[in-house]
Amino acid sequence: MAENAFLKEVAEKKYEYGFETEVDTEILEKGLSEDVVRLISRKKGEPGWLLDFRLEAFRYWQSQKQPSWGHLTLPEIDYQAISYYADPTRKSATDGSKEIDPELMKTFDKLGIPLEERLALSGTAVDAVMDSVSVKTTFRERLAEKGIIFCSISEAVKEHPDLVRTHLGSVVPYRDNYFAALNSAVFSDGSFVYIPKGVRCPMELSTYFRINARGTGQFERTLIVCDDDAYVSYLEGCTAPMRDENQLHAAIVEIVVGARAEVKYSTVQNWYPGDSEGRGGVLNLVTKRGLLKGDDSRLSWTQVETGSAVTWKYPSCVLQGDRSQAEFYSVAVTNNFQQADTGTKMIHLGRNTKSTIISKGISAGRSQNSYRGLVKVGRKADGARNYSSCDSLLLGSHCGAHTFPYIDVQNDTAVVEHEATTSKISEDQLFYCNQRGIATEDAVGLIVNGYAKDVLNKLPMEFAVEAQKLLNVSLEGAVG
Amino acid sequence: MSEQQYIDFYRAERDTIFARSDERLNALRDGACALLERKGFPTMKEERYRYTDVARDFAPDYGISLTPAEDAAPCPEEYGTLADASDPVVALNTMLAMSCRVVRIGRGERPEHPIQITNMLRGEHPEMVCRRLMIIVEEGAEADVIITDRAVSKQSFLTNQVIEVFVADGARLNLYEIEETHLLCTRYSSLFMQLGRGCSVHHTSLTLFNGHSRNRTDVALCGEYSEVVMNGCVIADKMQHTDCNTLIDHRVPHCDSRQLYKYVLDDSAVGAFAGRILVREGAQKTSSQETNANLCATKTARMFTQPMLEIYADDVKCSHGSTVGQMNEDALFYMRQRGISEAEARLLLKSAFITEVVECIPLASLRDRLQVLVDRRLKGELSKCEGCKLCE
Repeated sequence: MAENAFLKEVAEKKYEYGFETEVDTEILEKGLSEDVVRLISRKKGEPGWLLDFRLEAFRYWQSQKQPSWGHLTLPEIDYQAISYYADPTRKSATDGSKEIDPELMKTFDKLGIPLEERLALSGTAVDAVMDSVSVKTTFRERLAEKGIIFCSISEAVKEHPDLVRTHLGSVVPYRDNYFAALNSAVFSDGSFVYIPKGVRCPMELSTYFRINARGTGQFERTLIVCDDDAYVSYLEGCTAPMRDENQLHAAIVEIVVGARAEVKYSTVQNWYPGDSEGRGGVLNLVTKRGLLKGDDSRLSWTQVETGSAVTWKYPSCVLQGDRSQAEFYSVAVTNNFQQADTGTKMIHLGRNTKSTIISKGISAGRSQNSYRGLVKVGRKADGARNYSSCDSLLLGSHCGAHTFPYIDVQNDTAVVEHEATTSKISEDQLFYCNQRGIATEDAVGLIVNGYAKDVLNKLPMEFAVEAQKLLNVSLEGAVG
Repeated sequence: MSEQQYIDFYRAERDTIFARSDERLNALRDGACALLERKGFPTMKEERYRYTDVARDFAPDYGISLTPAEDAAPCPEEYGTLADASDPVVALNTMLAMSCRVVRIGRGERPEHPIQITNMLRGEHPEMVCRRLMIIVEEGAEADVIITDRAVSKQSFLTNQVIEVFVADGARLNLYEIEETHLLCTRYSSLFMQLGRGCSVHHTSLTLFNGHSRNRTDVALCGEYSEVVMNGCVIADKMQHTDCNTLIDHRVPHCDSRQLYKYVLDDSAVGAFAGRILVREGAQKTSSQETNANLCATKTARMFTQPMLEIYADDVKCSHGSTVGQMNEDALFYMRQRGISEAEARLLLKSAFITEVVECIPLASLRDRLQVLVDRRLKGELSKCEGCKLCE
């Protein structure tokens, strides 16, 4: 009984970002057709080439079927029952005022993302996106002094059309997969980052995504271009209200890295995971890919995945430049009825390229957690090197942990190593903690944090603290 | 031939086939034919056939013999109960196999000598062979079974074999498969094993010479306290293509499985290894280990490897490791310093690499013999059985 009460309490308090914001939102009628695509494009005042891009993608999407190869039970998605555009900033737009609706300010304050620059965490510029629209981008002027462009992608289309046109779809073409095609047709706001040659971005750039409106999906698009010898660290966070319905989130992130440039991309994904009975939650079906275009370029993906009912994504790297280096660090936690099929693809094309994959999966409750990854070494990728290590931790006897690595080597000078283990928390470690007066719940938290440390260490400071807390919360009630 | 041509052939010859073979074999034919018709050959989009183009391998116009084995024993009732009836390649075999060879080791029996089955491919024309074999090891019995595949005519052959192995409680089986054919031979092998309680199975497969091979091995651990060891080595060059696809299904608690597969690829050879370990809910205290190590010796060789863990129980110890690499330059340098030629040094390293698999073979006489075969193979010599006049 006592345990049940405790579990209930945990289940109820667990997702603290589950509130809704009462704000006048303009929501497009449900359904998807060419007219809807044209309407979105018109609302954003887009040039003709972008509309053509959207329409081509839409037509391709129509010719495709939703894939089913993931180790997932995906609820049926009715693409006609979703609204593809929701604008919570309508009020200010109709008033003609530049002021942001105080409700929106309050929402982001509550999420710990103050939009007033004087309150902001030092050293982080934020692009705050709610539903389909970017609410505000902070520190734009200060960044502009260095020539850095950091704004929403809709603004970038208007202000820097050449840059966007050159790179949009260059890393993730709309034909890449079903959800990429869908996103390319209906994408709304996301962030655009351009770091000019030789510039080291002085602050962390970050985008915070929030789904608020009911019956909508979020289809943001992020494009990061880091020119030669430049550096940027980019963070992404996300939350959504608690609802019984599944909400679709199909985003694309494209990164282009120039010669000797470095990009660090970190995600703390905390979409609403659904309740303890598996009702509701966000379907997180995302395509993320970076192109290491120049020689000696570097890219690292770090992700902490704790939210979403279904996570299906593979942040990938195409190592095209010689001596380019890519890293992928991931912690994926699933509890209750969550499902995750995530991992990475490392495609070695250049000479002496190097990639590292560290993946830690933690499954609890009745969840299913899979690592799926591809390491491909092309014919010309002499001296390619990959090391992959995938560990899975099982908490409870009804969950699943799976590892599906794919390795394809076409070059005799490549060295590719993969290792994976699956086990539960050792009784000895738990006993040791118990002996020292640490309760089992806390001990599990401690051990899990230690287990995920290799990845958490890669996160920027503020994020690491948040991720650690999140990890504990996500697993509360998982042992007992 | 296309799947439809195989089906048409079966329908045309159905009466002849039924008249000549056992009723237990006949009972499953129509169902298998219907499945093949419905599904067609698996395409490379299907997870278990990602690395092998079935339609291409079955495309040539092979002759099909409808002569059953002269001394065929009655077919046991277990026939067809283990083989995966939903696999179209298995279905093709079920549809056309004319007889089923049976090795039965009676309760508690321990034959003094190993049992050897030699499959000889011989003929004037290209031919497809649908082989069917059952190995039944009854309670407490122990046996060594060696299966060798050879081709004695320079002719194209397509073998589509299905082997069903039943290992009853407390039984032990060491099963060896040695493939030594030639570049014109294509082999599809589907091996299904079922283990009872407290069994031990040691399976070794060696692919020394072949054209295209696709070996599917499925093991179901159905009784507690059983162990299975599956080792394999592949030495391939020229245009050889070898795809080993394994599944170890831990259905009950307290079982152990270990796998070690090693590939040496030269020239334009293609190797593939996909090993899936499935630990079902409730199969606690499972211990499972899978290792796949590969050596690519040329730029044109290609290796695919895909070790998979699918685990639904928490109190388990499972791991897999996979590597693709080349010869250790330091080791080569060390040997050359000591006056060993580069070719010899490379040979030594390859031999040492493969030896790990050969050394695990429990049957001493076979182990020594295989080491010789492996070394010869690595030297590029065609292996010939001593004293045999067939291939000369």
